[in-house]
Amino acid sequence: MMPDSVSTPSQTVGPFFHLGLLAEDGSRLVDLDHPSAIRIHGTVYDGAGEPVPDAMLELWQANAAGRYAHHEDGLEDLPPEDGFSSFGRCGTDDAGRFEFVTLKPGSVPGTNGQPQAPHINMSVFARGLLKRLVTRIYFPDEEEANAADQVLASIQDPAFRSTLVAHAARDGLRFDVRLQGERQTAFFDV
Amino acid sequence: MTRPQSGGYRRDTGDHPPYLYPAYGSTRLRAPDRPLVILPHTLSELTGPVYGHGRVGELDNDLTRQHAGEPLGERIIVSGRVLDGDGRPVRDSLIEVWQANAAGRYAHHGDRHPAPLDPNFTGAGRCLTGGEGRYRFVTVKPGAYPWGNHDNAWRPAHIHFSLFGPAFATRLVTQMYFPGDPLFEHDPIFQSVSDPKARQRLISRFDLSATEPEWALGYNFDIVLRGRDATPMEDHG
Repeated sequence: MMPDSVSTPSQTVGPFFHLGLLAEDGSRLVDLDHPSAIRIHGTVYDGAGEPVPDAMLELWQANAAGRYAHHEDGLEDLPPEDGFSSFGRCGTDDAGRFEFVTLKPGSVPGTNGQPQAPHINMSVFARGLLKRLVTRIYFPDEEEANAADQVLASIQDPAFRSTLVAHAARDGLRFDVRLQGERQTAFFDV
Repeated sequence: MTRPQSGGYRRDTGDHPPYLYPAYGSTRLRAPDRPLVILPHTLSELTGPVYGHGRVGELDNDLTRQHAGEPLGERIIVSGRVLDGDGRPVRDSLIEVWQANAAGRYAHHGDRHPAPLDPNFTGAGRCLTGGEGRYRFVTVKPGAYPWGNHDNAWRPAHIHFSLFGPAFATRLVTQMYFPGDPLFEHDPIFQSVSDPKARQRLISRFDLSATEPEWALGYNFDIVLRGRDATPMEDHG
């Protein structure tokens, strides 16, 4: 039986979150001139295909060696990585667009000790979202690892599964977030 | 390479609002319509940002001291504890808040409510929880404001709270309300939480012991994040 729950319920960030959450630019997890820097950009769309200009995206990711900067991943033996933040935050602009500059994370273990395909964890907040949405960004140049990834494999519909894989674009990787509709992005129950 | 991994966080049991809540109009085109994919809790979900350290200034938790003068309105002290689902304090964790001024106006270019801006009030603050999970903000009581969701729609006075907790899985953004607000029954955002007991957990409590004589009323707001499974997962490594 589930224990009695006492958690504080979620509420929407509303339209004015920039005030409290985006006073500092968090979209650069690494400098653009870092030799391994990658640009990940995209647009957030609603169910009518219209861009969402008041969304905020957060990234949480491992470093290039597949280590999370957190005590549960044995922080004590984590080699310091100057100039890299494993957390990022970016609001969408008037056209619903966002852009992060980061490093491609290494593989991290899954629940069974099997490696997971490299991925970035993403939270989506917006006016109209009463609680956050969670998705993952996978990489298009990791076909083999993606094919073996347990989380991706748990999604039966190949088109739905493919919404989690970024697309190679001229200036980096493109990852659109579609909140609703036929081409909706896969979101997770975390 | 395998690394030890402890138990995951308990799944939410219905405290949270649904994505689609048609009375809150903006959910209609933004709520996902395909079922969520169940995600096992791996290191990706059990770790999370330790964000804000070294960035939080000493006065960041006092929203009344960010400008040359004092903001107008009723000065209040909002304090409480951040706890995990088993009642243990969540220490050293970043809380970010934002709110309207005493007249019900946000210092945000998107806010068109014809109420006065206050040159002495921005309405944003942050702090880290202390040893017992405690936090404290000094601010002014925000005003109610109209929001156009339906005819004669007004939001009850509230302060937005953003919390990280210990892991990616515990991230929470919520709103704190004030006791006895007559707008509760008319507000679809508040009402989107279906369990009345869960809704009560969004309402702060007037706290005489936190009230400072001749200076400010105290409100208490404890925040409870998700609990964690007691049994560690087997390490198949």
